[in-house]
Amino acid sequence: MIEANEILQTIHMIQEQHFDIRTITMGINLLDCRKNTDTETAECAYEKITRLARNLVRVGCDLESELGVPIVNKRLSVTPVSMISGANPAAIARALDQAAGDVGVNLIGGYGALMHKGSTIAEDILLESMPEVFSTTNRLCGSVNVASTRSGINMDAVRRLGAIIKEIALRTADAESFGCAKLVVFANAVEDNPFMAGAFHGVGEPECVVNVGVSGPGVVQRALEAVRGEPFDVVAETIKRTAFKITRVGELVAQEAGKRLGVPFGIVDLSLAPTPARGDSVAYILKEMGLEMAGAPGTTAALAMLNDMVKKGGVMASSHVGGLSGAFIPVSEDIGMIEAAAANCLTIEKLEAMTCVCSVGLDMIAIPGDTPANTIAGIIADEAAIGVVNNKTTAVRIIPAVGKKAGDTVNFGGLFGFAPIMKVNTFNNDAFIQRGGRIPAPLHSLRN
Amino acid sequence: MQKALVSVTGQDKVGIIAKVSTSLYEQNINILEISQTILDGCFTMLMIVDLQEAPRTFQQIAGTLSEVGRQIGVTVNIQRMELFAAMHRI
Repeated sequence: MIEANEILQTIHMIQEQHFDIRTITMGINLLDCRKNTDTETAECAYEKITRLARNLVRVGCDLESELGVPIVNKRLSVTPVSMISGANPAAIARALDQAAGDVGVNLIGGYGALMHKGSTIAEDILLESMPEVFSTTNRLCGSVNVASTRSGINMDAVRRLGAIIKEIALRTADAESFGCAKLVVFANAVEDNPFMAGAFHGVGEPECVVNVGVSGPGVVQRALEAVRGEPFDVVAETIKRTAFKITRVGELVAQEAGKRLGVPFGIVDLSLAPTPARGDSVAYILKEMGLEMAGAPGTTAALAMLNDMVKKGGVMASSHVGGLSGAFIPVSEDIGMIEAAAANCLTIEKLEAMTCVCSVGLDMIAIPGDTPANTIAGIIADEAAIGVVNNKTTAVRIIPAVGKKAGDTVNFGGLFGFAPIMKVNTFNNDAFIQRGGRIPAPLHSLRN
Repeated sequence: MQKALVSVTGQDKVGIIAKVSTSLYEQNINILEISQTILDGCFTMLMIVDLQEAPRTFQQIAGTLSEVGRQIGVTVNIQRMELFAAMHRI
């Protein structure tokens, strides 16, 4: 029998501590949609997506109401489009955007390419189409994998993405350069991530699958309030127990959604994903551990423990854990991170250190609009190197906000939040970036 | 059996249990267990109910209960019992 205090604990998590299921994401394979022309491919993709996902939003809403747990986003991910596109990938982009709108999801991911070792002709064309596509579609997101532990870093792709990100920023200048928030540059991208903007349906995935991303930084923060002053052993244990409970609900939703949609359940992504709402912040968890703000000395250690304990608590709670699993540290989407950046306690360099131990990487960081393309490429290369050498996923989602300078603020609205423009090191790296080629894969023995 | 938890919270007053139980009765929902406490002046009632014989959909039941709550000035929610079992039992 469930005790009354347990029931009340669950109710408080939902009502007061912002516990929610962040996303139910349906992954759809589009490899069989490849036809003779991109227009035909686009039609086929549209038909397949609207057929398979027609009930996704309704099932999400039903579960939300029956369990009383908010399911914030219902989303789609598809096969990286460069695998099915030819000379006109934008036609497919428009079809995906339309399909997402017609089934009622807010975002669809997969307009991207896996080019960690090199690029195909289709990938080159798709990359060049990104500025136009991300400035003219509403729901479409994409990612490019530029590096992997097994193949090294594709520096040609890194250089081109620096320029592409600048171009997207320019084309969406009247919307605070928001187009850049729809593009993630990965190292070691995962195939089953349900979170945007980096979700895509990997080639190792089944025909159609449901992945669920949980959240709940507020719940962890509240649990830690009860153990103030206790040693880290107690802190670690508390995080683990809380992560377990959160993930159990994710598992329930994932199993139930899969059953109702008639597609297999893929994974639960046990991430702590913040929102700009007060009390739903990963940075506040670090603060609760005893730091004045995120970025103070000790931050990397605190985040490392948080990330590890979330995983340790979560793995036992779910039959299949995957995706990006860990603590996210997006700047614009986390009130504590925003405050720390605004107070100059958090710099890009400290964030880079934090990405060595967090779940992904430099996420939702706004930088001055006049930052050179090669500087952005350099930031991507550094982040990719961290991922490649440490055998983890890293990513860069950076917004060079046109017309803004360090200290200004950009506001993206909703879950994307707002962000202070962070100062960037602009010492020249042109000769480095212009070399191009590939940085070889790292050695996996003699590890020091 | 299709178990759900009805939770009622708000300012204590006459007739909360009566009104909520009447609504459940009218929707052919069987009450399996009731517990009630007053925490800091806040009335908290938890009812475990069985929806097996209820003719209406979960959403309709939730809508009616929420309306009953609105009329008497308390919050009434209904959630499937699986949620609590998932979170607190291995």
